[in-house]
Amino acid sequence: MNLHEYQARALLKAAGVPVPDGDVASTPGEAEALSRRIGGTVVVKAQVHAGGRGKAGGVKLAKTPAETADIASHILGMQIKGLTVHKVLVVPAADIATEAYVGLILDRDSQRPVFMVSPAGGIDIEEVAAKTPDKILRLPVDPRFGLLPHQAMALAFFLYTDIKQVRAAADIMQRLYKVFVENGASLAEINPLVTTPAGQVLALDAKISIDDNELDRRPDLAELRDETAEDPAEVAARRAGLTFIKLDGNVGCVVNGAGLAMATMDLVKYYGGEPANFLDIGGSSNPDKVVNALKIITADPSVRAILFNIFGGITRTDDVANGIKTALAQFPVKVPIVVRLTGTNEKEAVKILQGIGMTALSDMDEAVSKVVALVGEAA
Amino acid sequence: MSVFIGKDTRLVVQGITGRDGSFHAKQMMEYGTKVVAGVTPGKGGQRFEGTVPVFDTVAQSVAATGANTAVIYVPPVGAAGAIFEAVDAGIATVICITEGVPVIEMTRVMPFVRERGARLIGPNCPGAITPGQAKVGIIPGSICTPGRVGLVSRSGTLTYEVVNQLTRAKIGQSTCVGIGGDPIIGTNFIDCLRAFQDDPDTDAIVMMGEIGGTDEQKAAEFVRDHVTKPVVGFIAGQTAPPGRRMGHAGAIISGSSGTAAEKMAAFEAAGISVMKRPADVVPLLSARLK
Repeated sequence: MNLHEYQARALLKAAGVPVPDGDVASTPGEAEALSRRIGGTVVVKAQVHAGGRGKAGGVKLAKTPAETADIASHILGMQIKGLTVHKVLVVPAADIATEAYVGLILDRDSQRPVFMVSPAGGIDIEEVAAKTPDKILRLPVDPRFGLLPHQAMALAFFLYTDIKQVRAAADIMQRLYKVFVENGASLAEINPLVTTPAGQVLALDAKISIDDNELDRRPDLAELRDETAEDPAEVAARRAGLTFIKLDGNVGCVVNGAGLAMATMDLVKYYGGEPANFLDIGGSSNPDKVVNALKIITADPSVRAILFNIFGGITRTDDVANGIKTALAQFPVKVPIVVRLTGTNEKEAVKILQGIGMTALSDMDEAVSKVVALVGEAA
Repeated sequence: MSVFIGKDTRLVVQGITGRDGSFHAKQMMEYGTKVVAGVTPGKGGQRFEGTVPVFDTVAQSVAATGANTAVIYVPPVGAAGAIFEAVDAGIATVICITEGVPVIEMTRVMPFVRERGARLIGPNCPGAITPGQAKVGIIPGSICTPGRVGLVSRSGTLTYEVVNQLTRAKIGQSTCVGIGGDPIIGTNFIDCLRAFQDDPDTDAIVMMGEIGGTDEQKAAEFVRDHVTKPVVGFIAGQTAPPGRRMGHAGAIISGSSGTAAEKMAAFEAAGISVMKRPADVVPLLSARLK
C-alpha cells in the first residue's frame, strides 16, 4: 500500500526527521489559510499516487495567500495519470543548496533492508543506477542489529563533507530506518534530502510503501489507505476478500489461486483472447465469494464472457458451483459463462451445475479456447 | 530417496487444533504421513483424533516424539514466532503454510534459520509431497503418483494443475515442492534444483515460476552451470501489468524488471525447455526424457 507524501511526511516528522513546515489542504480556503500562516512563497503539491506530478502541472509556486487559493483551486480536482487530486500539500518554498537521494528497500535477494543513497538527488534513482552506478552507495542492514552508527555515518559521508551535515544526515538515516522497521515498510524514500544555504539538512519529499501483510495487525496504518485513488471495483473486491485487478480485455476470469489465475489469463491470450481481469477467490470454500466475484465482473461493461477455472484442493468445487447457482438466482448474468472445475467434490459440483442447466468442463485448455470462441462469435 | 520429506519424516503440526491445522492434519494422516505430534499452547496433554499427542511447546514435542519436521498452520501474526520456535527446538525442516506473514519479520527469521542450519520452506506455500511416502502441507494427495520427475513451484493451484497433467499422462513425481509466493522465502529454486540434481530417484525437473524478482533468472544460470538433468520451465504472468501485485506478495513487476519475457529468455538461454502453457509440460518432458 502506497502512502501519500503528506502521510509519509507525518510518519517521518513523528520520528523526528526534520521536514519543512506545512500541512495538507482539501479546499482552496484551507490552502489559503496555510499559506497565510506559513508566510512568504509556498509550494502547492498535488497528493496523488503518481510520479511526474511536477511535469503534469501538479506542483506550483505561490507568492501570496490569494495566489495559493487560486493555484489550489486549479490543482484540486485535476487529473494526473487518471487519478483525481483530492488534497494538496502546502509547504514553504525552500532555498536549496544541494539535493540528495536516500532510499531504503526490502531487498528480495539479500533478504534484508538495503539503504541506497546518492548525492545525485531529486531525479529518478533507477536512471542514476543505470547511467552512473558509482554515484550510488548500497548498504544492506542486518535486521538483528539495526543500522549501526558507523554505517549511518558511512552513508552520510557519501553525501556530504561538512561534518555537521554528515552528523545531521546520519541521524536522519537512523530515524528513517526506525520508521521503516516499525511500520513494516517495503520502501521508504526521501527524495530529495536537501541542504539549505544556511546548512540545514531537510527531508523535502518522502515516499513510503507499507507491506500489505502488515495491515492486519496495524489498523492505524490500514486507515491511511486512500480508496478514492483506486478502481472502485478493486475496492469492492478487497472488502469481499477477493484479489481483483482490472485489465483491458473482455474475458472475465474467476480463478482460485494467484499462480493459476495468472496462468489462466496467459492462456486466454494464448488462444487469441484478452483477459478482462485478474481475480483470485482464494483458497477457502465460501459460496459468497463466488457471488461477489460474479457481481464485480458483471459490473464491467466490457466483459463479453466469463470463465471459471477452479482446481479444487482446499477449495471445494461444489461450494463454487453453489456460489454460481446462488448468484444466478439473485441477479441476471447476460453474458455466457464457461466453467472448468476439477478436484475436490467434482462430482457433486457437476450435478449442481447440471441442475441449473449448465455443463462443466474438466480441461483448462478446452474451457479457455471455448470462452475465447464465444467472445469471437459475440463480436 | 526423496527430497526434503519422505519415509523418515516425523511430523509435528503447529496449530493442530485450529481450523486449517486440524483439517490438514487429518488429510496428512490419511495420506500416510507420520504425524507424531501437534502443538497448541494451552492444549498440552490432549490427543488429536484420539491418537496424536498435543504439546504446549515444540521443544516438548521433539523431546517426547523425536519429531524432525514441522508444518505451520498458525495465523499470520504468530507465524514468524512459530518458525523461530521450531528451529530453536532443533527441527531440521520447517514448512510454513501461513499466508500473509509480514515480510519485515522474515528478515529476522532467515538469519536465525541459516545459523542453526535448518531448512525453511515457505511461508505462503502449499508445502511438499513425496508421493507414496509423505505429504506435508496442503497439496492434494489424490492428484500425485510416485515416479521420477521432481517439481518445484512458486504457486499452489498452478502446481496442482501441472501435477495433474503429469499424473494423467502416467508421469510420476519424485517430490513436488511449493516454495511460496512471498518476496522473502526460506527455500528458493536453486536449493530445490540442487536437491533434485543430487537425488538419484529424480530423472528430470519441472520448474513453475512467475513474475517478480530474479530468483528464476538466477536459477537458470544454476541450471546452465550445475544441472545435468533435463529441466522444463514455465513462467506465469505473461499478461500481468507492471507495478501491480498479482495476488502473491512477490508477484510484481518492478519498473521493467521481473517480467515473464525476461525470465523465459533466461530459461531458453540456459537450455531449459520453456512451456508456453501448462499443457505443454507432458510433450516437452516426454521429448527431453527420450
